[in-house]
Amino acid sequence: MKLTTLQMAEFVASGVLCLEAVVPEELNARFLSRVQSPIGGGAPRLDVAYRRLFESAVLPALPPGVDFFEHFEGLDPLDGIFSLSSVRGAIESLVGCKPRFDHHFLHLTMGQEPVSSRSKGRASQHTHQDSTIDPRRAFDIQLFYFPQAVTAAMGGTRYVPGSHLRIVSESAIARYQNVVGQQHIVCPAGSIYIFHMGIWHGAGLNVSATDRYLYKVRLAPSQPQVRLWNTSDLDCSMEDQRPIFWIDPKRSDPIAERMMRLEPWYEADTGRLELINRLKLWRYLTGSPDVDIDYWLTRIENDW
Amino acid sequence: MSPRQNILVLYLSTSALDTPVIGWSRYNGAGEDPPMAGDGNQPPYRTGVDALRDGWRLIQASPLMAPAPGAEFRTDYLKYEFLFEKWVESDAVAADSEQRS
Repeated sequence: MKLTTLQMAEFVASGVLCLEAVVPEELNARFLSRVQSPIGGGAPRLDVAYRRLFESAVLPALPPGVDFFEHFEGLDPLDGIFSLSSVRGAIESLVGCKPRFDHHFLHLTMGQEPVSSRSKGRASQHTHQDSTIDPRRAFDIQLFYFPQAVTAAMGGTRYVPGSHLRIVSESAIARYQNVVGQQHIVCPAGSIYIFHMGIWHGAGLNVSATDRYLYKVRLAPSQPQVRLWNTSDLDCSMEDQRPIFWIDPKRSDPIAERMMRLEPWYEADTGRLELINRLKLWRYLTGSPDVDIDYWLTRIENDW
Repeated sequence: MSPRQNILVLYLSTSALDTPVIGWSRYNGAGEDPPMAGDGNQPPYRTGVDALRDGWRLIQASPLMAPAPGAEFRTDYLKYEFLFEKWVESDAVAADSEQRS
């Protein structure tokens, strides 16, 4: 099931899509069982838990660059998760039907007893952007799969909507502790968040008694990301654009409204640059070099 | 107890100190429960001027920079960063930290 144009507009504007509770309970249980059993009881230290996980090969060790769907075929339960029609459809809509595998990882954020010596000195993860400076127009996606219900106390991933088009250098943004509009993931079991590679994020502090598991996989396109979604309702004609500033209050245009919605943390001036950068990404995705919304690009291209 | 330095970083929506806070960070020179990423969803002050009125002393502000030619539309780091300090007794640091969390 491919994404709709409105979902693509949501991704372009915010850098994130949520497939809430998309993975059925049976697959969540199989995944959790597979990753929890090697850790064993006794609340081991995090490094001990990871040593046991690596030794048990709970995830396949794969080289970067291989065909994702080909190399995950038959891997239980991951193949079942990524074969779900809405999950596979979302992946194919964003990075095509033959995405390249970059890497995957199991993030374990251990719970803590109410009074625990291992609590001292623990803190949430600094805000960062993954990988390194990446000024590409094309983009990778990162799927965050939460196999268990995540409560606020479990410190689900914190992210900043609309930060994905900012070109920064990984942890250079660690100084930013809080940003207006930041989100903390609280979700039912089996939810998958799909992030643009550039989203600003960090792990929260798990203050619950429950260990939190997050499986993350990064995928890259192997083709231009042009019109890969369900484009049956896509309209790139520049006729009948909506009025700007002195608007028509009776008119509704969901795609334009979503694409042009500012985040509350954007500076007054750079918010407009964010809209321009969204529109440049929209031109790439639609394969329409002249498409525009609210005249942002057309105005500054009218050079004689 | 000797005084310790508290740092408050405010990110504003424009270069004017009387415009809204869009991001913030705190670093305390003392205290048992230090601030950390994601520890609040409401800004400690509405504007930079509100921080001044509460006794914070401005020690640094972002300069205004012309965009680099060819990179006029690039966005990156938060643009309007203001660093404030307040010198407090360390016992008061802990209390101040709890008050703002």
